[in-house]
Amino acid sequence: MATEQQPRREWSRPTAFYNHYVKWAVYVAIAVFLLWSAWNMRISLDRIVTGWGAAVGLIQGMVPPEITTEFKNDLLIEGLLESVAMSVIATIIGVILSIPVAFMAAENIAPKPVYWTGRGIITGSRALHELIIAIIAVKAVGIGALAGVIALSYKTIGFFAKLLAEEIEDIDSGQMEATEATGANRLQTMLFGVVPQVMPRIVGLSIYRWDINIRHSTIVGIVGAGGIGGTLLNSFDQYDYDFFLTIILAIIAIVMVGELISTYVRGRIQ
Amino acid sequence: MLSVTDLQKTYPSGDEALKGVSLDVTGNETVSMIGPSGAGKSTFIRCVNRLTEPTGGSVELDGLEITGLSGGKLRDARRDMGMIFQEYNLIERLTVMENVLSGRLGYVSTWDAFRRKFAGDDIARAYEVLDRVGLEGHENNRADELSGGQRQRVGIARAILQRPKILLVDEPTSSLDPETSRAVMDLLTEIAAEDDIPVLINIHEVDLAVEYADRVVGLRDGQKVFEGDPEELDETAKGQIYRGEEIPEGAGPTGKVVAADTPGEAATEEGDLRST
Repeated sequence: MATEQQPRREWSRPTAFYNHYVKWAVYVAIAVFLLWSAWNMRISLDRIVTGWGAAVGLIQGMVPPEITTEFKNDLLIEGLLESVAMSVIATIIGVILSIPVAFMAAENIAPKPVYWTGRGIITGSRALHELIIAIIAVKAVGIGALAGVIALSYKTIGFFAKLLAEEIEDIDSGQMEATEATGANRLQTMLFGVVPQVMPRIVGLSIYRWDINIRHSTIVGIVGAGGIGGTLLNSFDQYDYDFFLTIILAIIAIVMVGELISTYVRGRIQ
Repeated sequence: MLSVTDLQKTYPSGDEALKGVSLDVTGNETVSMIGPSGAGKSTFIRCVNRLTEPTGGSVELDGLEITGLSGGKLRDARRDMGMIFQEYNLIERLTVMENVLSGRLGYVSTWDAFRRKFAGDDIARAYEVLDRVGLEGHENNRADELSGGQRQRVGIARAILQRPKILLVDEPTSSLDPETSRAVMDLLTEIAAEDDIPVLINIHEVDLAVEYADRVVGLRDGQKVFEGDPEELDETAKGQIYRGEEIPEGAGPTGKVVAADTPGEAATEEGDLRST
């Protein structure tokens, strides 16, 4: 036997925290915060039980959906068409505005001040929910689809420009350099060295954003910014739950169709 | 004529990529620049057309000082220098024709570039150049459909469509198989002769450099350690370039060096090993 036995060496997985005490402290803190949140909202079993009855009543009031009243159907179709039209226009305007912003916000091609301006625009667009923008737009331009288009276009910029800028940052800079080396100016370098590389992404993101805008166009009407949302809110306020369900089903159908088109087109351009 | 004097490049990190390299490339000669990785070969070529900004020295093309230029003047100067890249750097999603025509970007308006509209003369010439590099019938292929050798030919076609005064070629064969490499080198030297322009090639395959070049330049650690005819590139010179061996007494950085004993010994040892 060997006289000098190696001491048995222990191993435990290194922790992402500084040490195991810190780790447990963090877990305890999270648990305490969760409990406090629950207590703060006064979620009680009592409330869930009584709420359950009301919820069942509401659902029962909804079925079957109403599809027989002609003027309501007209309202529905009109609202849906307006929503879809808003989503299309907002996507087109939003994308046109986004592309220059995306180039501004791409760190590899924009000088620092331009880059920060571009990022600022994107953050500004992402910071606020579309309903907040819609409320402001309704105040500014009045009730109707225009306010909705403004809100959706504004939100499109943050989404589209951010993702496109990230794509531009990932391009193969060799193609850009080769274009530059021919004596092309900056814009020409963008047009040949950058745009062809991100074109599939531009198309894909436009379709994707259109899909999102269809969904969002159904909601901005709640604050008066046009589309089916206004009709939806009215039906609910008038306890017309049957019609409410009809609208909900119609919205789901439209969104599903949009999503199908989006999936198909994006599949084709990959 | 390209005339580079005391070219220096120090990166912001403090790396000295070029420590004062001078080189003239004239007439229609093919100059091969060899050296180990990191010797500054690419940096040198990129400093010539200022894809990389040199920190010192001067670059003159036909008497025009390139280093001080900016904006439109620099772009005009770049039109006169055709560059060919190791990774081809084609615009992958565009057709071969569009790639070749992009060599004329320095001559068209931005609006025409946006519409991808080029002059009829340019298109006619692009067809000629495609025939010349052996790509007839491929004008409508997308660049990413081509093989490596074909892509490099597109890269060459793009560069010659510029009607350059010099070709700058950065490792043209590193991504190609030996056979295709030779074809590409044949093409480059052919162009130099026919269009009567000089070609400066960075290359790390010494065999190709010796075979095709009229003159060989050796870089090591950002310094020129050899310049001479391909025949003069003997073991001693290679030792200096690739292993940083001492330059023997009485030999300058250029020209043939007096035979030293170390490589000779190595060769004998090798011979002995083989015979046993």
